Amino acid sequence: MSKPKVAIFDFACCEGCQLQIVNLEEELLDLISVVQPVTWREAMSEKDDDYDIALIEGSITRPEDEERLRAIRDRADILVALGACATIGGVNKLKNNFELDEVKRCVYGDAADMPHLDTAMTKGADEVVEVDCYVHGCPMDKKEFTHIVKSLALGKEPVIPDYPVCVECKQRGTICRYEYGEICLGVVTRAGCNAPCPSGGLWCFGCRGYAPEPNVQAARDVMEEYDLTVEDLQSKLKLFNSKQEPTNA
Amino acid sequence: MPESVDINVHHITRVEGHGNIVVKANDGTIKKVEWQVPEAPRFFEAMVRGRSFMDIQTIASRICGICSVTHSLAAIKAIESAMGIQVSEQTDRVRRLLQHSEQLESHSLHVGYLVAPDLLGVPSVVPLVSSHPDVVKTVIRIHRLGNEWMELIGGRMTHPVSIRPGGFGMLPTEDDLRGLRERLEGIVPDLKTLAEVVASLAGELPDFERETEYIALVNPPEYALYHGEIGSTDTNRTVPVDQFESVVNEYVSPQSTSKWTRWHRDSFAVGALARFNLNAEYLTPLAAETAKTLGLQKGCCNPYMNSVAQVVEAVQAVEDGIQLCDELLEAGIEPEKPQVEPRAGEGAGCVEAPRGILFHRYAFDENGLCTSANICIPTGQNHGNIQHDFEALVPQVLPSGQEETERLLKMLVRAYDPCISCSTHYLDVRFE
Repeated sequence: MSKPKVAIFDFACCEGCQLQIVNLEEELLDLISVVQPVTWREAMSEKDDDYDIALIEGSITRPEDEERLRAIRDRADILVALGACATIGGVNKLKNNFELDEVKRCVYGDAADMPHLDTAMTKGADEVVEVDCYVHGCPMDKKEFTHIVKSLALGKEPVIPDYPVCVECKQRGTICRYEYGEICLGVVTRAGCNAPCPSGGLWCFGCRGYAPEPNVQAARDVMEEYDLTVEDLQSKLKLFNSKQEPTNA
Repeated sequence: MPESVDINVHHITRVEGHGNIVVKANDGTIKKVEWQVPEAPRFFEAMVRGRSFMDIQTIASRICGICSVTHSLAAIKAIESAMGIQVSEQTDRVRRLLQHSEQLESHSLHVGYLVAPDLLGVPSVVPLVSSHPDVVKTVIRIHRLGNEWMELIGGRMTHPVSIRPGGFGMLPTEDDLRGLRERLEGIVPDLKTLAEVVASLAGELPDFERETEYIALVNPPEYALYHGEIGSTDTNRTVPVDQFESVVNEYVSPQSTSKWTRWHRDSFAVGALARFNLNAEYLTPLAAETAKTLGLQKGCCNPYMNSVAQVVEAVQAVEDGIQLCDELLEAGIEPEKPQVEPRAGEGAGCVEAPRGILFHRYAFDENGLCTSANICIPTGQNHGNIQHDFEALVPQVLPSGQEETERLLKMLVRAYDPCISCSTHYLDVRFE
C-alpha cells in the first residue's frame, strides 16, 4: 500500500500548530514513514496538488480564503482541522464581538475606508467546508496529532476524549484553580491536552472547545460554591469560544 | 549581457507566514522590484479591548507561535509598567532564563531547518536526513533542548502559561534548575559542531553589503535582550522604551501598503545581526569565540550574516542560561504568589524577540480592562529594509540570470527570518 500523501495549509493564525509538527523532532521521521508530506510551505520548497489528507491550520477571515479552502476540500479525501483557530475559530473570533467597521477604524483610523482593508467575520474551518477530523487545542498537542494522523493513515478511528479537563487535573493531582479564587474553564472544556495550563500556573481558557456534553449544572454548582457568577464564566469563554455572530452589530 | 527576468514568487517557502517576491526587468532595465506581504489580517489591537489585564498575555502570545514567549514577556512588562508593578529579582531572572530558551529554540529552527537547505542546495531538510544525518541529529538535539527548556520554565512548549503580571504562577524547583544546568552544559559540544558546520558553509552566503541602520536594545555592560533602552548604530543617543513610537515612526508605504518603519534613514534593520552590531563586546566568552570562528565582526552590513549572528546568539543563550541557573540556585527559589490589584494606566513593554526588538503598549481602565493597544513587531520593522536590500541587490545579481537572482532574493528574505504572521497582525494587504 502506498503512503497517503499529506499537504499542510495555513490560514490566519500564529503557525504555532505547524511548529508542534516540527517539535516532534525524531518522531517526525517516524511519522513520515507512514505518510508522505507533499506540500508544506513553512518547511519545504516542494509543492504538489495531488494529496489525500489536507491539514488545515488557521481561521478563515476573508472571502478569498474561503475559496482557497473549498479548493483544498475538493482535492482532499480527508480534511483535518489543526488547532483552535481552525477547529473553533479561537482567539481570532474575539474580533466577532465587535462591529467589523469599528474594528477596522480602531486599527487603521482614517485609512479604514480603503477598499483593500476589507475583512470578514472570523470562521472556523467547518463553517466553510466539511471537516472530517479535529485536532483540538492552542496549540494542538503534538502527541494527539501523531495519534490522529497515524490513525487516519491506517484507516482507523482516532480516539479523542469526550470528558472535561477536570478529569486530567484530578489524574495529575493538580490543585484546582478555583482553590486560588480563579475561574477555570476546565469544567466545560474537552480534555486531551493533559491539562498543562492549570498545573503550569494558569487556569484553563477553553482552547479545545466545549466537551461534547458539558455538565452545565456542575459548572453552575462550582460557580455557586466559589461565589462566582455564570456571567464571569461566559466572559472567560469568549476568549477562545466567541460565536460567529457579532454581539453588538 | 542585458538580462530580462520575470520573477513572481507567490508565497515564498520556508518562512513563517506569507510573502511574495516580484521582479521584472527588460533587457537589463529594472521595471519592478517588490517585497509583498499578503498575509491574512487578525486585528489583535482591536481584539484585546475590553479584556482583563489577566487575559492579555494569553491573547498576545497568539500573535506568534515561534515568538510566543517574547510576545508574552513584552505584554507582561507593558501591563506592569501601566499598573506600577515591581517584580522581584527572582522573577526577573526566571523570565530572562525563559527568554533564552526561545532564542535557542527559534535560532536553531531557523538556521537548522529553514536556512541549511539553501546552503546545502536542497529544497528542504527532508533530503538532509539521509545525506547529512549527523548534522540533522545535532540540530534536533539543540532544538529539542530549547523546547524542553521552554516547557520547564514556561509550563508548555509554545504559548507559555507560567508568566503572570507580578511574577510566576509556577516556578521551577531547584532540582529542575540543576537538571537544566546539566543539560545546558551538555549541549555545548553540539553548539560547537553546529558553528563548525555553518563556518564550513559560510562561503555559500552571498557577499553582499549595504550600509544599514541597525536598532536593538542596549544596556551596557550586558548583551541586552530584556532590559535597556533603544539604541541605533546611527547615533549614540538612546531612547527610553516608553517613547518607542518616536523610533519606529510607522508609516504606510504607497508601494506595499504594509506599515513600514524608519528612524534616521529610509529603513532600519532589527534582529540578531542588529543586536550583535550594537552589543558584540558584551557577548559571553564562548559566544564571542564563536563569532570569531564564523568571521562575524561588529559593523557587518551583510544581511545574509543574520543567520550567522543567530548561531552566535544560540551559544550566548546557553552560556547566559547557565549563569542564570547558578544565580538562581545560589539565592535559592522562594515561592511567589503574584497578586495584582488593577489600576488605570498606560505602559509600554519591550524585549528582544528572536527576530528583533518588539514593542507592546496597553492602556487599562480602573477595573483593569484594556482600553487600547499598540504592538510593533520586528518583522514589520524589517519589511522596508528587505525592500531596500532588494533594490540594491537586484542590479548586482541580474547578470547571473533569472534563476540565480530568484534564489538569492529568497535566501535574503529567509536571512531576515521573517515572521510574517506577526508583522501583519493587523494588516490586510492585497495586490493586483
